[in-house]
Amino acid sequence: MLDVLLGSLGNLISAESAAYALAAIGLGIHFGYAGLLNFGQAGFMAIGAYGFAIFTRFVDPTTQFGWPSWLSLIAAILFAVVCSVIFALILGIPTLRLRGDYLAIVTIASAEIVRFVARTQDLTEVTGGSQGIRGTDYKGDINASNPFADGGWLHWVASGPLESLSSNNGWYTFLSWVLVIVAVVLVWGLMRSPWGRVIKGIREDEDAVRSLGKNVYSYKMQALVLGGVMGAIAGILFIFPRAVQPDSFATTLTFNVWTALLLGGAATVLGPVLGGVLFWFLLSFVRGLIAELHGLGIFGTMSASQAGQLAFVAVGVALVVLVVFRPQGIMGNKKELSFHV
Amino acid sequence: MEKTLRPARWWLAIPALLAALAVALGLGAPPADATAPPSDSGSAYQFQGIVRSDPQTPIAGVVINASGPDGFAGTATTAADGRWSIPTPGPGDYTVSIDETTVPDGLEVNPAHISRDFTLGTTSSQSVLFGIGAPGSFAPAPSAGSGDGGGDDGGSESNESTSSSSSFSWSRLGQRLFTGLNFGLLLALAAIGITLIFGTTGVNNFAHGEMVTFGGFAFFLLTTTLGLPVWVAIIGVLIASGAFGWLHDAAIFKPLRRRRVGLVQVLIVTIGLSIALRYFYQFLFGGGSSTLAVDNSARISFGTFNVNVSNIVSMVVSVVILGAVAYFLTRTRIGKATRAVSDNAGLAAASGINVDRVIRIVWVIAGMLTGLSGVLYAYFIGASVRWDMGFLILLLLFASVTLGGLGSAFGALVGALIIGIVTEVSTLWLPSDLRFAVALVILILVLLVRPQGVLGRKERIG
Amino acid sequence: MSDTQITHPLVDGPVGPGCKKVDPIVIADGVKRQFGGLTAVDVAHVEIPRNAITALIGPNGAGKTTFFNLLTGFDKPNEGNWQLDDQSLANVPAYKVARRGMVRTFQLTKSLGRLTVLQNMLLGARDQRGERFLSALLPFLWGRQERANVERADDLLRRFKLHEKREDFAASLSGGQRKLLEMARSLMSDPRLVMLDEPMAGVNPALTQSLLDHVLGLKDEGMSVLFVEHDMHMVRHISDWVIVMAEGKVVAEGPPESIMQDQAVVDAYLGAHHDTDLGTLTNQQVVQIEQEAAAELASTDEEEKA
Repeated sequence: MLDVLLGSLGNLISAESAAYALAAIGLGIHFGYAGLLNFGQAGFMAIGAYGFAIFTRFVDPTTQFGWPSWLSLIAAILFAVVCSVIFALILGIPTLRLRGDYLAIVTIASAEIVRFVARTQDLTEVTGGSQGIRGTDYKGDINASNPFADGGWLHWVASGPLESLSSNNGWYTFLSWVLVIVAVVLVWGLMRSPWGRVIKGIREDEDAVRSLGKNVYSYKMQALVLGGVMGAIAGILFIFPRAVQPDSFATTLTFNVWTALLLGGAATVLGPVLGGVLFWFLLSFVRGLIAELHGLGIFGTMSASQAGQLAFVAVGVALVVLVVFRPQGIMGNKKELSFHV
Repeated sequence: MEKTLRPARWWLAIPALLAALAVALGLGAPPADATAPPSDSGSAYQFQGIVRSDPQTPIAGVVINASGPDGFAGTATTAADGRWSIPTPGPGDYTVSIDETTVPDGLEVNPAHISRDFTLGTTSSQSVLFGIGAPGSFAPAPSAGSGDGGGDDGGSESNESTSSSSSFSWSRLGQRLFTGLNFGLLLALAAIGITLIFGTTGVNNFAHGEMVTFGGFAFFLLTTTLGLPVWVAIIGVLIASGAFGWLHDAAIFKPLRRRRVGLVQVLIVTIGLSIALRYFYQFLFGGGSSTLAVDNSARISFGTFNVNVSNIVSMVVSVVILGAVAYFLTRTRIGKATRAVSDNAGLAAASGINVDRVIRIVWVIAGMLTGLSGVLYAYFIGASVRWDMGFLILLLLFASVTLGGLGSAFGALVGALIIGIVTEVSTLWLPSDLRFAVALVILILVLLVRPQGVLGRKERIG
Repeated sequence: MSDTQITHPLVDGPVGPGCKKVDPIVIADGVKRQFGGLTAVDVAHVEIPRNAITALIGPNGAGKTTFFNLLTGFDKPNEGNWQLDDQSLANVPAYKVARRGMVRTFQLTKSLGRLTVLQNMLLGARDQRGERFLSALLPFLWGRQERANVERADDLLRRFKLHEKREDFAASLSGGQRKLLEMARSLMSDPRLVMLDEPMAGVNPALTQSLLDHVLGLKDEGMSVLFVEHDMHMVRHISDWVIVMAEGKVVAEGPPESIMQDQAVVDAYLGAHHDTDLGTLTNQQVVQIEQEAAAELASTDEEEKA
């Protein structure tokens, strides 16, 4: 029991929970601040992940042009960001003038289109088809850029309790959380600026904001792009500790990010971070618990992985309960954040 | 006004009609002997799959080998249903290969599939499919890749992709049109369910796919576990699905209406419901497909192409039910009340219509239509059911509804037919694993030109 | 009816529907809006006088609000042209119309509920540097402008007696206070023409007088006002000029004292209820609201077919 808890606590600051947190921050800009119903955050994440991996795999400036790895790494991230901006524009141009639920349907459909295209066998050479892209194909630059590794200029930091920083996983985690912090500061700054005021006004009533001389369409597009770029970077963080697998970018991922966002509080700066972290913690805790119970024979002849599905049942139920009874999330203030539409 | 129909009469008409049709669908097929329970290996990390020569024909006795880190080597032989699984010690890079000598004579393995490398770690259970077909059906091109890895795009039909070449023929077009029509009609049943609910309550029900799956599993339990005849099972499915729809409204949506919970919140509630139900199905039935113990082997030849009798029956059933729905909506009092509520719930309530009752009835009818659609879909994918079968077509259902125009039942029918036919016909030119994507692209293109859908009402656009 | 030509200081020439104004701020020509077969608005020519308070009245379904929406870019006409101070506004999107100095309010108040009263006000200010994405992150670029805007907002809030509510969410205000907030917010942008869509609807009688004073105050500050209103007391009390619409057309205009006697107005407005006091139209309004609802339904049906 205790070791389940401790094991889950280990997940609190993992690179995965950072990826979830960043994706949720992006979704928070969409939904929490601008009121946009984006159900395709997994699509943005997939675009980021594939953009990054494919760029590194095929352009590979490190070996092709002799760039330093950190520069190639940045180039790959920029490439992914540009792809996600284009994706956001394609989504936004037709739908941002329409009623909100059209955006919902178009985003969820587009995310699936991205996944279907990524996994089609005719593109296996580029995307790896349904098997995806192996980690070794794109992790060269990121691993070589670890400043905490042996011989890195920050190697001296990686000693004592921080020793794990010199490992690849430690470096991924460090980098991921740095990016999350940057995103948090960015959102915090934006949302207290006049720009953020317009965005929040649009969430409340588009026509009113329009009547005050603001180009609502343009602001919605800016919000869509900004949140989408964060989703794309989250997608990159998501694949550092693992491989690129098309089916990990399915609609379920979007729904998980929504759960994380609503858990923390949609229109808060720190809510998505807390939500992302808690989501991973709770998920692995419930899984661990079920595995323990399974070990005790409570589920009869059922297999462990089958019994493990109960953790996701819990996710679904949690989402329902949250939305109905605490729509403002953990961080939210009931007055401001109980959303309506 | 036509008050000749008493309110209660429609209520009996549909099930009675369905019962009659169910007899036809049964075609006197008694349940075959018990099929294997849904397979699911106990190991956390494993490779697994089903070896089939076509969606309906599993191959037994094929040997699969896996090798991996630390000298790991595992082997498995496919069972009677073509299933195999190889548990592995944990994450890592593995090579999975098929022993060609164990494949029956007259069949060939896609050369690209004979031996492949996989990394376990992102998913603990990796599906590996082997393209198997008649000799010469695999182009030497390297693009003849890995088939349906995650099993996530509509199940067992994916193997067809390996045998579909780029050559066009009218008979293939005819075959695809036929299949597409069949698919479109069964989609229409569920799509009308969505659109009725959306029209009367404003709720986009993301848990609708789970209603489809419910119908499929109810049918599985009745025919395969309990061994009931097909027509009895269909009546059972209708009753169960109607009750399931009733339960949705009574347990969840009516209380939410009472609390005046906003539409976006309700939308997210349906997402939560969808997740919970879907994984509950997987908890109960496991992560693989379960084959129905029904006989669907009867085939008829029409000139150059063969069709399953079950597909024809499925289409007839769909058409008749759609006719019944149209009759219900346009001619019966409750149906008219339904349309009144869709138009303007406030006005309908003011003119004495019991809106809550109408919504309850709509949920029951939507449940029945959707459950039936689940049964037909189970037949469509080769008489099998799967925990996420409904979820996989959920987007197609939404695409149908949106294409036709949100809230219009006739529009949903048209949209579903377009989607059904487009998905199937596109496979003549495009890889079949992209066929759902094609449907969604069509959806987005139509929204660009005609946001209100093909037949929908124009919304105020900002 | 009078054959003698009436003149008026605002008017250049004889008074009558579509008459020329001495100094018009808005001139509209041939503005037509159809929903399928139904013509909602068909205004041949109308001019709105500058630095005056103009009331737009007419029975429900006369097309007043549609005309309002057309002028402010919230709806697109089938044909027609109109200009604000010689600048054409046809095919100009709503937000640009507002930037050119024509700011509107809505019949159903659109206060931004989950923003504070002060944030609502600040949103009204124009040309804010901090509203651009790139400068938003650099407060030193917009801090000074923001402080000036806050000062102005505070002044307006004091004037509209909302200053105590400064930090409250707009959702917590009463209906009348929201109307006041909406009007104050529209003033943040220094408009030339303020367009008020039913400013009195749903306002607590206690607040009526202060609202009227505020509207009169706008004129004193050199703004022009066009408002749609059903409350005839308000029309009589504060307007300098009245334009009457019926069935989409301008059927009469004139100063408020004489317009109430105009036969065309009486016909258009009252129909059989000739003797009803114009100020208490309650019964009439109920009937008309129903008619309007029917017309609306018809128009959406038409749109559907379109």
